[in-house]
Parts: sequence; structure tokens; C-alpha cells
Amino acid sequence: MSVIPRGDSPEASGAPAPNHPRPPSPPMHTRWKGNDIGHAYFNPTIAALTLRATLGRRRAFLFAIPAVVLIALTLVLSATRSGGAVLWPERVLGEFGFSVLLPFTALIVGTGVLGAEIDDGSAIHLLATPVRRGSIVVTKFAIAALVTALFAAVPELLAGLLAPNSSGLAVALFVGALAGSVIYSAVFVLASVLTTRAIAYGLLYVLIWEGLLSNLVGGARILSIAHYCLGIANAIHPDQNLQAGLSLGTSVILGAIVTAAALILATRRLSAFAIQGDPA
Amino acid sequence: MTVIQIRNVSRWYGNVVAVNDITMDIGPGVTGLLGPNGAGKSTILHMIAGFLAPSRGTLTVHTPPAQTVPTWRNPEIYRRLGLVPERDSVYAFLTGAEFVRSTAKLHNLANTGAAARQAIAMTDMAQAADRKIATYSKGMRQRIKVAAALVHDPEILLLDEPFNGMDPRQRIHMMELLAKLGAEGRTVLFSSHILEEVERVSGTIQVMVAGRLAASGDFRAIRRLMTSRPHVFNVRSSDDRRLAALLVGRPYTTAVELTGKGLQVRTSDFGAFCAQIAVLARDHKIALRELLPTDESLESVFGYLISSQGN
Repeated sequence: MSVIPRGDSPEASGAPAPNHPRPPSPPMHTRWKGNDIGHAYFNPTIAALTLRATLGRRRAFLFAIPAVVLIALTLVLSATRSGGAVLWPERVLGEFGFSVLLPFTALIVGTGVLGAEIDDGSAIHLLATPVRRGSIVVTKFAIAALVTALFAAVPELLAGLLAPNSSGLAVALFVGALAGSVIYSAVFVLASVLTTRAIAYGLLYVLIWEGLLSNLVGGARILSIAHYCLGIANAIHPDQNLQAGLSLGTSVILGAIVTAAALILATRRLSAFAIQGDPA
Repeated sequence: MTVIQIRNVSRWYGNVVAVNDITMDIGPGVTGLLGPNGAGKSTILHMIAGFLAPSRGTLTVHTPPAQTVPTWRNPEIYRRLGLVPERDSVYAFLTGAEFVRSTAKLHNLANTGAAARQAIAMTDMAQAADRKIATYSKGMRQRIKVAAALVHDPEILLLDEPFNGMDPRQRIHMMELLAKLGAEGRTVLFSSHILEEVERVSGTIQVMVAGRLAASGDFRAIRRLMTSRPHVFNVRSSDDRRLAALLVGRPYTTAVELTGKGLQVRTSDFGAFCAQIAVLARDHKIALRELLPTDESLESVFGYLISSQGN
């Protein structure tokens, strides 16, 4: 009887079949080219998969809605308020652009590039490969920043160019929005690795922290990505109506620290990725 | 030769113990991980695949020339290991060929196209390879997942309920494929809660029940143990009293009881009882109206295995 009782040494069971031949040498096409995947931080295969997944989903239409609203609003205001003192571009492009368009686009894209795959379980096909976890995070982040820039920073530039006498402001807001695309994407990618409720927490951050607290409490601005973006835009095109609360140096340094910290934490978290299943 | 070594591994979630003090060695060939739903099969597979940390114990994989390495937090292990998860989620927007080729690229193979074609051919998916995965049946998704797991020619293949959703023809093909991979010297470990699936593919099985290893070893020995356990049958016939009298004293009969609805017969020999009762009834012109085993659920079989091993 080769059935063994629980706890006994399995060697006694003779469990492994002893007469199997050694695994054959892999054919040439299944041999690795080398360890270069371990060194590259940007993985083109992951990038292509992520782009197709992000832009192919129905919610890609959601990305375009805030951008369309901003451009439509700019066109309407340009047509109806052509005379007198023109102050609305700073308020509309600065406040709506940086408080609504940029963070919400970044939230949907940033939490989706990796979080959607983790939620539906397809991430396991990516993670069951020897690709470095840092490479996965950096590539996903790069695509999130790119798509956010496309759907938030570029519309910001277009709207600025459409508004009267605002070409300088348009460039400043475009650069600020580019920086915001990078920082927000890193933070929201991290959130999607940390929790399955990344969108809910992201909304709370954007609405409560950035929309309310950072405008009421000066100290809260040092943890407000929107204020980093406004600080950068205001340095390029100084304008009181932008209501920037941070200097260029503070904005750039804090933005860089937040981005780097978010990517490092996301990599560490993804390295310890565990399948969440039933308890048994 | 041991390829996967599991020593006193436990895994718990809060107060719930999913896997309890498992020790087993898995070597080349096909091994079936058998157990009812919730037995901890997926948990142990996920731990072997490096997607779950053991709460206690050690779990290592042998790598050439003579190293044993843990799988948890060790992505390098995927150069030698392929995983087919149970969850039916793949990149539905890709075609089957694109999916397998992408996996080959992620493994940084020298010729991704050839590797993908070979893996797709092995799983008999060549005809559907250019269709979007979104249009695949569940069985086809299973097979394309297997192709992706095989694309880098791994020495270890782990499959979580691989036959789920497959039609009989696909099932037979997958069984043949697993048997072939095992015969080539690969270590193939698959989980299933269906006895017949395991019986047809693997000679070696690990039986898990309620997070514990109930039995381990050659399938035929465990199968014998399962079929030679005491069985209880409910029997209805045209003359229950006479049939009861005929059954008493037979070597395979342990007990006979007349109930309001017929007979309840306990037998120590499942095969002999099933063969003889029909002959007995025919010879004595008794019409059998019902012959119903009362405890054939998988859980009761496993329960018996545990109790018999404990004794």
C-alpha cells in the first residue's frame, strides 16, 4: 500500500514516478535571449497591452467628457464675453482645468491601467512572467501619464489657445498639466495596487483634500498635487487669478518626491502581490 | 527526484485555516491534487506558484544544478514554471495568437512567433488562434491559457481546475496533453474535484480535505481504499422480506435492516454486492425496483479516507 497517512514522510510513498526521462532541452525559439528584461524599466509589450486595454474599453469615452466640456465652455465664453475685461480664462482653465479635468482624468486612467487587471484577475498572466515588478509599475505609470496628458493637458492647451489673449497662459497651464499628469498617475497607480477601492479613495482625495482643505488650510497645499501644478504654471505665466499657493521650487521638489515615492511603494507592493481568493 | 518540496506549510486568513500543516514532495510526471471544493487546493497551488506566502512552513522549488529556491517574491522562478489559473480572465481584446505571443515576449524568448505557434498547436487551438478571445468558449479560453503557460517550455506546469468548462472532446485532448507533458519528464500538478479526471491523467495523487493532506501516493491504492470502504444502499423490491433473508449471511453483507420503505443494506464489498444482488434477485424471481447508494458524495468518500488514515 503506497497510501501514506497524514504527516508521514512523502518520500515513503514513492510518490514521484521514478522512471520519467529528464526534461528535454528547450528548442531554440523557447530559449531566453538573455537577462535584458531584468534591466529595462520600460517594457514595450506591457505598454502595447496597456494602451490597447485602456483605449479599447468603453470607459475610454469617459476620458474625453471633461476635455470636451472644457473646450465647449471655452468656446461659449469666448463667443459671449468678447468685450470688456477678460478674466475668465484664468478661472475656467485654472480652476476647472486643474480641479476637475486633470485630476478626474488621471483618476480614471491611473487606477485603470493596472487596477483593472488586478480586479478582473488578468494581471496574473502578466505577473507569472519573469518581468521585474519595477518594470511593470514604471511602464503602467508611463502609459497612464501619457494618456492623461493626451486627454487633459492637450485639451488644456487647446482651450487656452481658443480663449482670447491667453496664449501665454495656455502654455503655462499645459506645462503645469503635464507635470500633473505625471504626479497624479504615479499616485493613482499606487492606489490601485494598494486597494480595490482606489477610485473611491481618489475621489475623496480630489474632492475633500484638494477641493476643500487645501483651499481653506494653507498647510494642506504641500500635499496637493493640484497646487504643485498651479505653482509650476504660475512660475511660467504669473497670474494672481490662478491662486497658486506654492512656489516653483517647492512644487517641483514635492512633485518629484511624491512621484518617486509612489512608484517605489507600488513596486514593493506589487512584488508581494497575493491572489485574493476564498479562504480555502 | 523532487522538484517541488512542501514542508509543514500552513496558510490562514485571520481565524480561518485554509491549509493546515501540509508536507509533500512532487516530482516529475503528472500529479493530481484531488479534493472537494474548499479543501485548500487552490491555496496550495497559489503558494507553489509564488502568488501567496505561506503563513508557516517552507515551500521550495528545485532549480538546476542543485539549488532549492522559494517561490514567494521570486519572479525568476517563472522562467521554469508555467501557471494556468482557474479564474477565467484573460485579455479578451486580444486574439489567441496575440495573447500567447505577448506572453512569449514577456518571457523574452528568442523567437516569439515560433514559440507561440508551437504552444498553440500543442493545445489544438491553431484554427481559432486569430479570433478574439472575447469570442471564445470557456473551454477554448482554458486551452489558450494553457498555451500561454507552455510558451516558454516550462519544466513545471501548475493548473488549477484545468478541465472546467471543457466539452468531452476538449477534455480528452487536454488529458492526453498533460499525460504527454508528464511523460516527457515535466512536473505537472493539476487540481480537480472530480475523481475520474484525476484517475485518467495521473498515477500519483494528493488528496486534500478541509485544508489537510488526507492521502498521498499511487492512485490505484487510493481508489481501492475508496471502493472497499463500507457502503450503504437503499433497496426496494417486490419482496423485501425474502430479499433480506437471502442477503443475510452473504460474505459481502455487513447488515440488513427492514425500513418502512424497503431495505437498508450495509456492504463491505461494493463490487461484489452490486454484481450479486441482481443475480440473487433474478434467481429467486424478485423484481428489484430501486438500488440507491446513500453516501456517494465526494465529501463522504474523503471523510472516509481521513478516518481510515487516522485509524
